[in-house]
Amino acid sequence: MLALFTRLADWIAYGLLGLSAATKLGDAVHFFVEDVTKIFVLLIVIVFAIGWLRTMLTPSRVRRALAGSRRGPAYLLAGLLGAVTPFCSCSAVPLFIGLLEASVPMGVTMTFLITSPMVNEVAVVMLAALLGWKITTLYFVTGMVVGIAGGLAIDALGMERFVEDYVWKIRMGEVAETAADLSLKGRAAYGVAQVREIVGRVWLYVLIGIGIGAGLHGYVPAEFFARYAGPDNPFAVPFAVLVGIPLYSNAAGMIPIVDALLGKGLPVGTVLALMMSITAISAPELMILRKVLKVPMLAFFAGFLAVAFVGVGYFFNFVLE
Amino acid sequence: MKQIKVLGSGCKNCVTTAKLIEDKAKALGVAVEIEKVTDMAAIMGYGVMSTPGVVVDGKVVHAGGIPAASAIDQWLRT
Repeated sequence: MLALFTRLADWIAYGLLGLSAATKLGDAVHFFVEDVTKIFVLLIVIVFAIGWLRTMLTPSRVRRALAGSRRGPAYLLAGLLGAVTPFCSCSAVPLFIGLLEASVPMGVTMTFLITSPMVNEVAVVMLAALLGWKITTLYFVTGMVVGIAGGLAIDALGMERFVEDYVWKIRMGEVAETAADLSLKGRAAYGVAQVREIVGRVWLYVLIGIGIGAGLHGYVPAEFFARYAGPDNPFAVPFAVLVGIPLYSNAAGMIPIVDALLGKGLPVGTVLALMMSITAISAPELMILRKVLKVPMLAFFAGFLAVAFVGVGYFFNFVLE
Repeated sequence: MKQIKVLGSGCKNCVTTAKLIEDKAKALGVAVEIEKVTDMAAIMGYGVMSTPGVVVDGKVVHAGGIPAASAIDQWLRT
């Protein structure tokens, strides 16, 4: 089915624009057209379908599920809920407070906050469609493991003391349960609203990602990457993670870059480490979390994730060798 | 006069939501007083965990995402 987009790109780049497939420009334009059409069509279909199914999953339900679950299973549940809950970093603070206020342990709350931007249905479906199930499964499982390990570490170290004091004083009112319309029409309307909101939020990142991917694809020779970030360079993985820390993009925007880098022969571990680092830690997100977390906790959060992503990168480069 | 509060930390969606309600009220000729609530403790006090949230005359009618035009219409008419 995805070959359709390749043919469309063939037609536009080589037919309509008269570019040659052998030129750098032709190659880059082809990549750009193919990925723009493919990714946006996939994005819209996935978000609509998931919106349709997810009409029921509101933050208050997440809160109730986590508050009512025992400590051990709560970590796994937090990771899984993080994966299926739509997440906008502007909701991170109220959700964080809401979970702690419901006596959800700090570690479980952080597991949710780590997995939510990193692992989600958009990333999973797109990775699967473009790069195959093997990489997708690896990405999903390691994302979960890192999120759960991070939560457990934060819990073990008693990091509650680094939560801003005012957070503990907040008392939530009766949780507002706005009724969901579960009729066919209501679900469809919700799906459309989700598409508008999520696509409206991510389209620019996707476009920039595709632009960068197309540039890499057409203009940067494979030897460049082989020399600086290839399997023989032991520093490639930590370098990829460090580059990714301040940068932000969402999972959908990273897919074309991942696609292009793998095409240039970069090892899977290095590329996945870069993707995790860019989606899960970023300067804007740290600034948002600073409203509820003190600096030592933030430093630990970023440091732990960076080390974990380096570990993930080495692990896959080694395992998939 | 309807008292409407838009709950949110000041993100783009919250500003858009307030603007949508204001425009709709003007179009319908309904007198409203719109207040943006940005204080986190106050937002949580309404039991809202995903922003923007909308409170009409003290009752939470919406939480999370930009509300649909039909929903806004309904809040203002009733």
